[in-house]
Amino acid sequence: MKASKVAQYGLITALALVLSYLESLLPPLGVPGVKLGLPNLAVVFALYRLSWRDACVISLARVALVALLFGNGASLAYSAAGAALSLMVMGLLWKTGKFSSVGVSVAGGVAHNAGQILVAMAMLETVRLAWYLPVLWLSGTIAGVLVGVVSGVLVKRVPN
Amino acid sequence: MGSVNWLKTHRNDVLLIAILLILGGALALFLYATRQTGGYVSVQVGGETVMELPLGEDAQIVLGEGGHTNTLVIKDGTAQIIEAGCPDQICVNQGAVRYAGESIVCLPHKLVVTVEGGQADDVDATAK
Repeated sequence: MKASKVAQYGLITALALVLSYLESLLPPLGVPGVKLGLPNLAVVFALYRLSWRDACVISLARVALVALLFGNGASLAYSAAGAALSLMVMGLLWKTGKFSSVGVSVAGGVAHNAGQILVAMAMLETVRLAWYLPVLWLSGTIAGVLVGVVSGVLVKRVPN
Repeated sequence: MGSVNWLKTHRNDVLLIAILLILGGALALFLYATRQTGGYVSVQVGGETVMELPLGEDAQIVLGEGGHTNTLVIKDGTAQIIEAGCPDQICVNQGAVRYAGESIVCLPHKLVVTVEGGQADDVDATAK
């Protein structure tokens, strides 16, 4: 791996980690699981600037680091499932070349929330949580638009 | 960059968002339409079902003993815990449940009250 690549990975992963921490400081938004998805800014940026594989490495490194620093086993399972599903959906949409960062991050946000709910339903062995899905679906869409617009600007403006 | 221009260049994104919103709305409608009012409540202590009570009959039952009690009230097709001898009072604060699948949990007393669809096995309160 080239030194410049290592530096890029480190920089963007550190940024994603800081954004995770920043988000944890924000007041809770009413329903558990409703969040802005600030770390996805770094992931979408990596997706458009580097590649899907790079975005995966950065996203999964962030999930592992957050779990080590602030989380526990259960939170790791939730966020890993959310991140994995989100990366798959975002990768597919990005590959079509038909969507901007807005569409990609909206789909990623919704997929992330859906993945988390599915894991929670499996772990708690209850389908009752399905009620959260429409709420998180909507919040994922709104958060995805915000993240997509901002990361679109970043991809355009940040010098290489 | 005008907003009309933005819509033109982001046509696919807008379409995707619209489709997602419609799917989310359809999901919410589906869940709302298929919800079932419960037929009875199942009371479990430490994982064992100790009681099944029909929601159709009003009742008041004290579960547990020696200060570690929960008072379960069934009224107008809803189940609610109105008193608990535990410090956190989460089960009391949760209020009434009525739809199949809803539950009230009291962790300190290992008590779970779950609303089930259909009818109780035995119309009379069955104490197993």
